Amino acid sequence: MQEIKNYTINFGPQHPAAHGVLRLVLEMDGEVIQRADPHIGLLHRATEKLAESKPYNQSIGYMDRLDYVSMMCNEHAYVRAIEKLLGVEAPIRAQYIRTMFDEITRILNHLMWIGSNALDLGAMAVFLYAFREREELMDCYEAVSGARMHATYYRPGGVYRDLPEKMPQYRESRWHKGRDLTRMNAWREGSLLDFLDAFTKDFPTKVDEYETLLTDNRIWKQRTVGIGVVPPEQALAWGMTGPMLRGSGVEWDLRKKQPYAAYDAMEFDIPVGVTGDCYDRYLVRVEEMRQSNRIVQQCVRWLRENPGEVMLRNYKVSPPSREEMKDDMEALIHHFKLFTEGYCVPEGETYCAVEAPKGEFGCYLISDGANKPFRVKLRAPSFVHLSSMDSIIRGHMLPDAVAMIGTYDVVFGEVDR
Amino acid sequence: MTPRLQKLHDALVQAGFRPTERLGELTIEVPAAEYLASAKKLKDFGFEQLTDLCGVDYAAYGDRPREGMRFATVVHLLSLSQNGRVRLRAFCADDQFPVLPSIVELWPSANWYEREAFDLYGIMFEGHPDLRRILTDYGFVGHPFRKDFPLIGNVEVRYDEKLGRVIYEPVTSVEPRVLVPRTIRHDSRYDQAQAEAASNDPAQK
Repeated sequence: MQEIKNYTINFGPQHPAAHGVLRLVLEMDGEVIQRADPHIGLLHRATEKLAESKPYNQSIGYMDRLDYVSMMCNEHAYVRAIEKLLGVEAPIRAQYIRTMFDEITRILNHLMWIGSNALDLGAMAVFLYAFREREELMDCYEAVSGARMHATYYRPGGVYRDLPEKMPQYRESRWHKGRDLTRMNAWREGSLLDFLDAFTKDFPTKVDEYETLLTDNRIWKQRTVGIGVVPPEQALAWGMTGPMLRGSGVEWDLRKKQPYAAYDAMEFDIPVGVTGDCYDRYLVRVEEMRQSNRIVQQCVRWLRENPGEVMLRNYKVSPPSREEMKDDMEALIHHFKLFTEGYCVPEGETYCAVEAPKGEFGCYLISDGANKPFRVKLRAPSFVHLSSMDSIIRGHMLPDAVAMIGTYDVVFGEVDR
Repeated sequence: MTPRLQKLHDALVQAGFRPTERLGELTIEVPAAEYLASAKKLKDFGFEQLTDLCGVDYAAYGDRPREGMRFATVVHLLSLSQNGRVRLRAFCADDQFPVLPSIVELWPSANWYEREAFDLYGIMFEGHPDLRRILTDYGFVGHPFRKDFPLIGNVEVRYDEKLGRVIYEPVTSVEPRVLVPRTIRHDSRYDQAQAEAASNDPAQK
């Protein structure tokens, strides 16, 4: 009789569906996966150790580079942890700006996810549509911070600066001119808030477009319905959060349950799935985009009516303005101390979590009273989700591994940290 | 304390724990010998999720000489039903060979976290099914997040043309440097706030 043995294959780290640098060692029986062993750490940069070696504020930029498709949410967790230890709170306008940008980030992340996941499963077009809207939102990032991705916009005590009065416009070039240019600049005549207002009015129709491509798509359903089913008990045991947990029917969202920033003033719904398969998680994420859109609209409305400070006027934490520095000795000293030494955070420890697009992103911060953190531990949702890979993927076919990696929404910046 | 936190605090006291509250967070500190039993009890108490587990190296903490042990494991637990969190900390009994029992049996999500704590801090988890390195390179030597491990590392890699492969060498391309020195300032505002909080705390009286 012929002897049939399992064989082992490498999936990644140079595989387009591995979402970066995942090396998955798969033990196969024919086309059925018997065991999956994810090898991670290929993008390990020791962010947490680096953070221990520099003043608090200098690590904000590192947070963007963790989950590099939901940048500001990561900053939010870190900044909140510092604020909690310092015992300061950002002004209310800053809280609303943070809420708004957290939701913009969520849309950005889900657009990236829907595009790349569809691409992995063979639907090319969604990616192109999703990136059209991503571009608009990236421009919002750029308008407030000057950077399209790694914004470093949040600071302990508020946000770096107020929303711009004028949205940057496209300039005429060989490629964009005449009617084309007018169309592209149509939303950009006013402020950032006007732009967002126009965007959010239009965005639900865009989500409808993605849905026409996928929701009733026969191939999409064949690839996702009943694949990677995570029962709620298992989702809890594996520490799943965010859409992974909600897809399994557990109604848990930190924005509702442990509200932070301005979320308790927001009206939105939490979508949950029923069966906990890839398709349900897809539906949950699509609905989350619509809900995020709602929250952005509410924030825009509030921010229009309520001008004010966006940064704490506490010069032990936030720098004084240039004008003040010029004629106030105290302000000059504060400025100098802040930028040469930073601020000392009182001894203590805290765990602050935000509902990042992928799940709970937490920052555990220990301070020993110095101007640098003693220990920073970042709780990344992707890391936890990926650790359940082996138990969920067993018995699935090889192409389902791709669907599963896609539905986990893993980003290796935060898995490897 | 908010009413929700107070309720959780009282329930934990009822269950035989001694939680301390600071900044609206509850911390339970247990000796290494009771770590596993406490974790089990907390799971039965209603903490369904293990949010986070990490190692901490308390060498070089603060500006006083260290009193306790060096390595600790900090676990963050979340109860969805009671909407509360708790922190469980256990110091390893031996600085030279830090060991703690594994809690993978209780929460499978601890699996990778314990591997990470082992990789970065060298804490051994007894009973872990597969305690391998997770984040560092294949064949890495040392535990990089320990406070005595240099930030620039010990080895660097380059491609050697003669040998035709990647080789490891002692670090020469960068020098250790400190751009902003670490300073601890005893801010009277925080000291005062702490003293006031302590005098207002009925447990202290």
